[in-house]
Amino acid sequence: MKIIEADKVCFSYRIAGADGAEETLAPAVRELSLDIGEGEFVAVLGRNGSGKSTFAKLINALLTPSAGQLNVSGYSTAGEEHIWNIRQTAGMVFQNPDNQIVATIVEEDVAFGPENLGVPTAEIRARVDEALATVGMGDYALHSPHFLSGGQKQRVCIAGVLAMKPRIIILDEPTAMLDPIGRREVLAAVSRLNRQEGMTVLLITHYMEEAVMADRVVVMDKGAAVLQGTPGEVFLHGPLLRELGLNLPQITEIGARLAECGLPVKPGILTINEMADELCSILNSK
Amino acid sequence: MNVTIGQYYPADSFVHQLDPRVKLLGVTLFIAALFTVNSFAGYAFIAVCMGLAIYATKVPPIFMLRGLRALIFILIFTSALNIFFTAGNTVLVSFWVITITLEGILNAIRMVSRLTMLIVGSSVLTLTTTPIKLTDAIEYVLGPFKRIGVPAHEIAMMMSIALRFIPTLLEEIDRIMKAQMARGADFDTGGLIKKAKSLVPLLVPLFISAFRRADELAVAMEARCYRGDINRTKMKVMRLERRDFKALWVMLVFSAAIVLLKIYI
Repeated sequence: MKIIEADKVCFSYRIAGADGAEETLAPAVRELSLDIGEGEFVAVLGRNGSGKSTFAKLINALLTPSAGQLNVSGYSTAGEEHIWNIRQTAGMVFQNPDNQIVATIVEEDVAFGPENLGVPTAEIRARVDEALATVGMGDYALHSPHFLSGGQKQRVCIAGVLAMKPRIIILDEPTAMLDPIGRREVLAAVSRLNRQEGMTVLLITHYMEEAVMADRVVVMDKGAAVLQGTPGEVFLHGPLLRELGLNLPQITEIGARLAECGLPVKPGILTINEMADELCSILNSK
Repeated sequence: MNVTIGQYYPADSFVHQLDPRVKLLGVTLFIAALFTVNSFAGYAFIAVCMGLAIYATKVPPIFMLRGLRALIFILIFTSALNIFFTAGNTVLVSFWVITITLEGILNAIRMVSRLTMLIVGSSVLTLTTTPIKLTDAIEYVLGPFKRIGVPAHEIAMMMSIALRFIPTLLEEIDRIMKAQMARGADFDTGGLIKKAKSLVPLLVPLFISAFRRADELAVAMEARCYRGDINRTKMKVMRLERRDFKALWVMLVFSAAIVLLKIYI
């Protein structure tokens, strides 16, 4: 079943001209068509200004498409009437954890979403405890967010979204401001959500290593989806990706270079273990 | 960075556990009593009650007195005004244009004890209640005024967001100061005007970043279905416990005593 159906979605930002000049339109998303199914883990890649964050905001109905059709679990984001359903269905986590935590206590912040939805008091309590346990932050329920690390704060933000019982969770560069440890914590939480709870995940990122975890990778450039497929398929296109301002994951890059040097390494290797196996089999066959 | 917001002093006492609304009512009664009574017996009675309340909070009394430091100037100023400018019949000292009367001195003592008790008494509330609970209580108290357009929920929300961002912005100030100092800015030397001017390169980036944060926070809140007070529930509902009723009884007795004092003394 499809949760998100985007059909030729367009969106432009209005840029006010300086000194009374006429405002201009800056197209951010152009005729983007993309479907995301229940339980899928989709990563969206693209350099700065490729429209990937705009796409995320369109899904959450924070922006509405200027042309085309965007449905989130059957509701069109164009009208006002389903806006709260859409925002509850498609929970969103932003880049800077500091600027999305509302309350001074972790559990109060997680309760913010369900409180807004008018969930009964007793149920909020249960949802908060469950959401915090899911992201492994149960022990910090009564802490002040100020004293948590970046990764912990971001996991609190994810819990805040989970407590609203969404069907899809959209993460807009959730690890961009984190250190490597925080990044690992957040990604582990996200991937556990997807694998164990069956949560649909849309991960927007510019780290190739993160995209490797996804079922499907969509590469965006100038507001359109230019390439998509499994990570293995997408990362076969090294030269094209470089042209779009992106890199290959480190391991894939090493594989490609080894192949250039004449070693028969198969292209599209994504993980260290795969690479180790491949190299061992090449050594053994010699 | 360890930032204590407000002046909350954590301790496990009867007063700490009271419902914040009850404490707010208590402080209101206390202030009303201070302005009702004007006999010295009345002040002595209030002071004793206040002393008992402070004892019950288990907070070291020195913390209560800290609030007075900022007000020393005002205290001295008001007592001087009262001593020198109260007209009275019992002249104690009189030379040149200055006359000091007994009434003046008594008035000064009255004013100073009133102000001192006002500050110390209200610090009982702020020292034993977390800012969040206080915000909840204020939202509750303002609730009935929603009908005449008082945005009770919005005020409470703004207060709690402000509390949430105080440590974040303090950290940011620290960061900006270090960045400017690394480029040769000088925040410490020079006269008052020079020091004030040196704050400009600190405040401008701080404001810009605060606005950016506000914008991002607003988007994040909208994404989490925030739409003001419409159809909103709460995870923690304030409920009066037995100890709260006990405290209410004490307050009733206190108020009755004040009224009797006012009538008979």
